[in-house]
Amino acid sequence: MWPNKFDYQRAESIDQALELIGDEGKFLAGGHSLLPVMKLRLSAPEQLVDIGRIDSLRGISANGGLSIGATTTHAEIAASGDVQSMCAALASACGQVGDQAVRNFGTIGGNIAHADPASDPPTVLVACGATINIQGADGARSVAAQDFFADLFETDLEDGELITGISLPNCSDCQCAYVKFPHPASRYAIVGVAVCLKMDGDTCAQADVAVGGATVKAVKCAGAEAALAGSTLDDTALNAAADMVKADIEEWLAGDVAYPEAYRQQMAGVYLKRAVKAAAG
Amino acid sequence: MSTRIFGSGIKRREDPRLITGEARYTDDIKLPGVLHMAVVRSPYAHANIVGINSSAAEAMDGVVAVFTGEDVDLAGIPTAWLIPDSDLKTPEHPALAKGKVRYVGDGVAIVLAEDRYTAQDAADAVEVEYEELPVVVDPEAAAQDGAPQLFDDVENNIAFRWVMGDKAASDGVFNTADVVVRDKIVQQRLLPTAMEPRSAMAQYNSATQELTLWCTSQNPHIHRFIISAVTGLNENKVRVIAPEVGGGFGSKIPCYPDEALVSWAAIKLGQPVKWTETRSENYQITIHGRDHIQYVEMAASRDGKLLGVRATVYAGMGGYLSTAAPGIPTILHGLLYVGPYMMDSVYCESIGVMTNATPTDAYRGAGRPEATFLLERMVDMVAKRIDMDPAELRRKNLIPAFEDGYEVATTLIYDSGDYPAAFEKALGIAGYDDFRSQQAEARADGRYLGIGITAYTEMCGLGPSQVAGAVGFQGGLWESATVRVTPTGKVQALIGASPHGQGSETTLAQIIGDELGFPVEDIEVIHGDTTETPMGWGTYGSRTTPVTGAALAQASRKLKEKARVLAAHLMEAAVEDIEYDDGKFVVKGSPDNFQSIQDVALMAHLAWNMPEGMDPGFEESQFYDPPNFVYPFGTHIAIVEVDANTGDIELKRYIAVDDCGPQINPEIVAGQIHGGVVQGVAQALCEGVIYDDNGQLLTGTMMDYTVPRADMFPNFELGDTVTPSPHHPIGVKGVGETGTIASTPTVYNAVLDALAPFGVEGIDMPMTPAKVWQAIQSAGS
Amino acid sequence: MRISVTVNGVAQERDVDPRTLLVHFLREELDLTGTKIGCDTSQCGACTVHLDGKALKSCTLLAAQADGANVTTIEGLAVDGEHHPMQTAFWENHGLQCGYCTPGMIMATTAFVEDNPGASEEAIRHNLEGNICRCTGYHNIVKAVKQVADAAAGGD
Repeated sequence: MWPNKFDYQRAESIDQALELIGDEGKFLAGGHSLLPVMKLRLSAPEQLVDIGRIDSLRGISANGGLSIGATTTHAEIAASGDVQSMCAALASACGQVGDQAVRNFGTIGGNIAHADPASDPPTVLVACGATINIQGADGARSVAAQDFFADLFETDLEDGELITGISLPNCSDCQCAYVKFPHPASRYAIVGVAVCLKMDGDTCAQADVAVGGATVKAVKCAGAEAALAGSTLDDTALNAAADMVKADIEEWLAGDVAYPEAYRQQMAGVYLKRAVKAAAG
Repeated sequence: MSTRIFGSGIKRREDPRLITGEARYTDDIKLPGVLHMAVVRSPYAHANIVGINSSAAEAMDGVVAVFTGEDVDLAGIPTAWLIPDSDLKTPEHPALAKGKVRYVGDGVAIVLAEDRYTAQDAADAVEVEYEELPVVVDPEAAAQDGAPQLFDDVENNIAFRWVMGDKAASDGVFNTADVVVRDKIVQQRLLPTAMEPRSAMAQYNSATQELTLWCTSQNPHIHRFIISAVTGLNENKVRVIAPEVGGGFGSKIPCYPDEALVSWAAIKLGQPVKWTETRSENYQITIHGRDHIQYVEMAASRDGKLLGVRATVYAGMGGYLSTAAPGIPTILHGLLYVGPYMMDSVYCESIGVMTNATPTDAYRGAGRPEATFLLERMVDMVAKRIDMDPAELRRKNLIPAFEDGYEVATTLIYDSGDYPAAFEKALGIAGYDDFRSQQAEARADGRYLGIGITAYTEMCGLGPSQVAGAVGFQGGLWESATVRVTPTGKVQALIGASPHGQGSETTLAQIIGDELGFPVEDIEVIHGDTTETPMGWGTYGSRTTPVTGAALAQASRKLKEKARVLAAHLMEAAVEDIEYDDGKFVVKGSPDNFQSIQDVALMAHLAWNMPEGMDPGFEESQFYDPPNFVYPFGTHIAIVEVDANTGDIELKRYIAVDDCGPQINPEIVAGQIHGGVVQGVAQALCEGVIYDDNGQLLTGTMMDYTVPRADMFPNFELGDTVTPSPHHPIGVKGVGETGTIASTPTVYNAVLDALAPFGVEGIDMPMTPAKVWQAIQSAGS
Repeated sequence: MRISVTVNGVAQERDVDPRTLLVHFLREELDLTGTKIGCDTSQCGACTVHLDGKALKSCTLLAAQADGANVTTIEGLAVDGEHHPMQTAFWENHGLQCGYCTPGMIMATTAFVEDNPGASEEAIRHNLEGNICRCTGYHNIVKAVKQVADAAAGGD
């Protein structure tokens, strides 16, 4: 299939993009989240403003924390040495989006604006305490990833606002991982779990956990975090955390005929354990 | 003598155009002034059409016309397999719905526009008012009293009721057997998913009244026949061209409304018209496969003698009867109920049921996978019941080797087989005897390994025409071929069949090369155009190598005889003194005195010096009607590991030993098996159509319907045995469907074997992780 | 709108409807029909081309986004009439049957091997997740790619 008709404009700067965007318009970066839904005619914006060539929106810088421009591709993030050392889980998640061709052109900003609950990066961004940087006609603001993802395909983004990038704390003293049970057809996550552990010797001083895929949005899992914190990540702690994560996501569960909610909820427990083991190495 | 070309895994002749992007598939062909057709399709599975308003669509820039079912004066799309003695109903199938739609995707109107984007925009703008009706998609439910009725003249939606076997005798066997096992088996619907979506383009010349139709067809001569019937054009004024065709798997056998509609519109508007389906459209409207609900029983003695099988099958036909649909769950299914076993009692009642779903028809294997699955499922259940190793039970019941005919209880006469040889070879490759101890050790570690075995035979190479007539197929099942040699000694082989990925241009060239000594580089196999090629019934049912191949071998032999006589004449020798040696006709005892086949071809064309009574030219044709089906056979074995925490299944090893007689090109044979196995494994593990209760297709894109990827599979371990068909000129049997037929039960049985410690008795296919996990939980509770 | 794209080394300038997908631009405007369409949802990979050297599903990009870019399609892969080693490997290993997925397969795997010489069979199978073949069961495709990957790593 192919999209409905729309007007197309290419912005050369952030300011110009914000000027051009109309009420029924959408920003286009890589297009790898937006164009598929437009092709199926599930979305029909009247205007696309192409932000793919705005240099200031692209690139990764490491300066204390990580700063990643909105139009940076999944492949660039996955391959970045800075991301690998400062947030290995994000590199891993971006390396598991779609397939290589999709990762070559799909962007992190487009991905999170689309807010597909089964996509991989949002789960890591929520677990690792990322901040989403947004600019609108009235100025710039930042919002925690946990608050950015509001519901199924819903974000905190207001009409006319543009994601400019994401910021992540330096996680290089953490051990983090993202593991995923991919849907065999779509390659989206049936369940994806991100964990970020701060270890003090053999003891887990702090744990951050988020679950996606099984839920309508990436969900931060306080119960599982509490079960892991202070433990040596032994089987008892892992089993307790697996039980807690199921409770943490209870109110946000999503599912379908092939992979129902109850199954995804159980798998969140299984994959939490796998994620912790992967992170603890 | 040089290496024999027959049996050599040479590179394919068709590949240079395919690896460079130069090949032209239907949608790649352009005509000036072509209009694009989009079809307005019903979003409801069952509804009355109350009204259609196309004014907004017609007003759009670039839109040429909009037509509805009331405008289109085509005859109904026919069903071409009228199975006898079954009270068959063939409800009308209009090219565009008139008054009522019967499945999601049923065509309601067509839009013709200057480009495909505009055509789709306009199709979206056509307003159709519907009155929704109750929906039924389950074929068993649809056959019950009180179910929603699709057609006034098809009572209880039952299109046919086909019975095979003697019920009283079968009841006698089951009433007295030591052991009877039974199961309800759901053969889920599958999407054939040829990678090339269907496409059709028509051009009409009003001066000559000739219609040319390019389309994605496995059988252009059948398409010509049907298009002629529905348009009313004389058959000799219809030319159907199947250019490069990107896979079919049965889904490009039928003649669909779309091909008829582009033809009609091209005639009506006097401009060429093209239509190409999208993948979403393909999943809605191109035929689905399988869709059986089977109640199956097998009887056996306590010591492991299989006594009989019986089944009641509800076969979903969808909203209309597709071209060959009635023959699939009947003739091509029930007749396989004996399989490779000595078993004397068979009984099948197959009920074809109209449902509010996409029409079903032949999908790779077509009826035979559904039969092989139920047999192999039952055999494993018997083994479990009598506590006998499943390999031992099969070994005990396999028909012993035979070379020239073996009649079984379904009335088929199998041509040749050595089932025990293939069976033992497969077990040997798998290391079956050692596996059980590895399995026990793994289980002790909490790892669940399982092994599954399928012994099978199948009927293919369809089929003699007399049998086609007896079972109601509205066509012949012979093939024809012409071997035409040019004056310079190059060969054009014209065939009526229409290969679309099988590598037949190579395989068939190897047959001719082997018979006549021409290098394969000098042989072009020409197919897919009803005006250029002789009549043929098409490429399906693993029939092109056995049937067309036989026609070519025999035509080649006629040429060889002509060449021998002409060579003798030219060399002034006696015909009896001429020996053929690899493309040369040599005078016995004087090896330097010979005429090459190319020399002879030239002299036959020049005709300066012909023997008395010999006609000029060097070309022979042959019609070949096979005397029987061919029956390939083999044994497949799978080893799987199930992750009990998630239900995820890993296919660790897959062993396939197949016997298709002598292999013309072993690499092409292997490729057919690889691809077939993957399709069959996919039925077991990941593929399955899901409809909701309203008849909406929930697996409508490749996001939802799992076509298998490379990382699901190990490298396959193939073996073979060679048992020639006694009735075939070169002994070959078909191999296009064996992989699909054998692999589904193989993997299914392996998974159940792995899950034996949990007491899991059965899982509906596809055995997705979610279902496997649930089955483990349910069995454990 | 007017765009210019260099395709297989030739500069092409055209007026296009903004919604034109790159794959339709290649197939309809430039008559480069070697690039195929097999799905609606970016799964099958039949439309894979190289854009500025990277594998791209050309059904998931507007032609407008490719303005100014360099595109290579299957038609542009052979150099001076010599098949690319991946084309040769597919042929030699019977890595195709109906051929419809083949252009996309070849474009995706040439990019992959360039980045991953010496890739293992497992890595090759994993990387093929973006390309669907319905005929071959992947067995011989994997063999073909392995042959080229090994050669790229300096093996034989």
